[in-house]
Amino acid sequence: MTTMAKDMHGAGAMKDQGPGKAQPAGTPASDLLPDQTLVKWLRDMLLIREFEMRCAQSYQQAKIGGFCHLYTGQEAVAVGTIASVEHDDPIVTAYRDHGHALARGMSPAACMAEMYGKVTGCAKGKGGSMHMFDRPNWLFGGHGIVGAQTPLGTGLAFAARYEWEVLGASVDGGPAKKKVSLAYLGDGALNQGALHEAMNLAGLYSIPVIYIVENNGYSMGTAIDRGTTMAHDLRKKADAYGIRGEIIDGFDVVSLYDHFKPVVDWCRAEQRPAFIDLKTYRYLGHSMSDPQKYRTKDEVEAFKGKDSIDALASRLMSADSPRAKKRGGPILDEAALQALQAEVREEVRRAVDEAEAAPTPDAAELYTDVFLNPQPNLSPSGDYTHGSRNPLL
Amino acid sequence: MASANAVLSPHVDAILPRTRPPLPDFTAELPPFEAAPGRERLIQFREALREAMSEEMRRDKRVFLLGEEVAQYNGAYKISQGMLDEFGPKRIIDSPISENGFAGLAVGAAMYGLKPIIEFMSWSFSLVAADQILNNVPKMLYMSGGQWGCPVVFRGNDGAGGQLGSTHSWCVEGLYSNVPGVKIVIPSNPYDAKGLLKTAIRDYDPVFFLESERMLGDKAHVPEEEYYIPFGQAHLRREGGDCTLVSFGRPVNFCLEADAALRKDGIECDVLDMRTIRPLDIDSIIRSVRKTGRLVVVDQCWPFASVASEVITQVVERAFDWLDHQPLRVNTEDVPTPYAKNLEAEYLPNPAKIAAAVRRSLGR
Ligand SMILES: Cc1ncc(C[n+]2csc(CCOP(=O)(O)OP(=O)(O)O)c2C)c(N)n1
Ligand SMILES: [Mg+2]
Repeated sequence: MTTMAKDMHGAGAMKDQGPGKAQPAGTPASDLLPDQTLVKWLRDMLLIREFEMRCAQSYQQAKIGGFCHLYTGQEAVAVGTIASVEHDDPIVTAYRDHGHALARGMSPAACMAEMYGKVTGCAKGKGGSMHMFDRPNWLFGGHGIVGAQTPLGTGLAFAARYEWEVLGASVDGGPAKKKVSLAYLGDGALNQGALHEAMNLAGLYSIPVIYIVENNGYSMGTAIDRGTTMAHDLRKKADAYGIRGEIIDGFDVVSLYDHFKPVVDWCRAEQRPAFIDLKTYRYLGHSMSDPQKYRTKDEVEAFKGKDSIDALASRLMSADSPRAKKRGGPILDEAALQALQAEVREEVRRAVDEAEAAPTPDAAELYTDVFLNPQPNLSPSGDYTHGSRNPLL
Repeated sequence: MASANAVLSPHVDAILPRTRPPLPDFTAELPPFEAAPGRERLIQFREALREAMSEEMRRDKRVFLLGEEVAQYNGAYKISQGMLDEFGPKRIIDSPISENGFAGLAVGAAMYGLKPIIEFMSWSFSLVAADQILNNVPKMLYMSGGQWGCPVVFRGNDGAGGQLGSTHSWCVEGLYSNVPGVKIVIPSNPYDAKGLLKTAIRDYDPVFFLESERMLGDKAHVPEEEYYIPFGQAHLRREGGDCTLVSFGRPVNFCLEADAALRKDGIECDVLDMRTIRPLDIDSIIRSVRKTGRLVVVDQCWPFASVASEVITQVVERAFDWLDHQPLRVNTEDVPTPYAKNLEAEYLPNPAKIAAAVRRSLGR
């Protein structure tokens, strides 16, 4: 195990989170949620894990091409943070994006079909694994260039603020409201200029964007402290831009929600940005081709011991939790858990079957979706036209 | 020739906000390019740009202007002078020197449904925003499978001529026109500056709008009324049967000078001001070449893989048999931009080089 991973997730910042640690005021936010919401979170996390497992299989069978970065181990982050915002709060993420898409409500079928490069995919087979877009669910991508999505997330929140401040209405003419945006990034993106420019603009203009660093300790094979300064306290980076910084544990989704939701509420009310060092871990390699020489099996096993799905499942199956006591028994029993797992397996199996059966994009789609207002003579090699309607629209 | 009115994506209502203004009516006749003597309204190129932005900002509150020194300083080149007073700091926004950051902010804002105008103090500085403007802006609609467009107008100074040396003298059209997914506009005079910028702001696709610091003080007749110049329609500035001169932006003016000089010797050119690079009004070029049999393309980029190369390739592909002489190009010299006044002048296309190319083409 590298010294870094020990420091980052072990003896270092994780244990001593310092004064900026998000403290839930009074009642934990999750206490207000019905039991069914927690069960839904468990289902969502199971769905993501199953989905990624089937992606890996299909990738190995060469049915999925390109780069493929799996989210296994980080499920609580997408599920817990997305549960903390409104459905119409815009979000944007990097290329490890299947989890966010599913947590936002994209159907596994549309997501898997995109992996397969099929016309039924969320981007009609034009985006691929790294570029999952879902307009009805306010997911503004899936972005492949490390850090490039962070100014976009800033612009999304800028626009949301502009709606109520300048337009006095939504861009569609509806009522305006105070929103926040979520801009996810990996710890590797901490070192990209785009992020620092974005954070400076957010601090300067008071833009309600929340930068969520999914700090899984590595960017490819580079342990975080080999790539960035102040790895033991990333909030210092936010300090420099006048942005509220927090460290949040991303292994237990309920505790994540309890710490993250108050930050969201604050950003929304104050219309100010925030920066979250969200501690998490990826179980699998960086992408499908990663011999993982930079970390030990022991380290991976140690983190699997804190597995977020196990943690939530046992929380829901416990007879001693306050919730269980209040309702006079555990929320889930073994049979219910198994039923949930079976349901999710079946849903993903169907998604794979549908993706396999779906048609590939027509060759005519090559020249579509380049312009909304295509004109003659934009290209010497072909005329741009309008394509089929995106299946999500 | 570009068709008068657009055929929009049938899904456009699902992609763009419902409060957007419609595209302009391009079937309306344009006001005369030149006014009757004594009836001119002579304003500077920079004022024409300002008028275009202000008119569109009055129409559509979604439009805002963001860039370095655009607000309190009134614009590094005084293009946005007075706009802060009219529209206030929420819509005329000073940005720090952060091109990649604010270009990316514009991408997010445009996807969300706003209509940003981003001023680059110089297109030379857009290079530090290359990832946002080349990777995100032109590809968003495609990459999202038709879910989000990215209708930002990026505008600013392009090209050499002010003795600014090699870092500040970029002509980005050579590089950027290689990328599918943006429209590239390059006016040569104040009248076009207004009419083309208004079209750019109303368009539903991303536009790179290339101005020239050298021309900002140029004065010409600019109608007070609102008018929209369609993209992809070249303007035949001079008519002549001997040679076709094709150019974009500032060097169009050098072509006009060269043509005036050549006319004294009885050589008359068709001078085509292309107005936009993408779309490229190749049909007008072909029509002229069929008449003259000769082509000289004048382009302020370096020659290798340049806009001139593209024009000549398309002409060869489509009108080879009509050519009486191989097409010629006048580009900047293929070296970094020098500082010394005489060297810079030597480096740029100029009327003498253009006239020499026309004579060579005619064997005179
Ligand atoms: C600008 C840029 N440089 C390099 C890459 C190649 N690359 C893709 S992912 C990655 C590691 C990023 O790690 P991190 O941000 O921590 O995210 P994680 O993979 O851990 O989710 C690299 C180097 C890229 N996509 N973009
Ligand atoms: Mg990482």
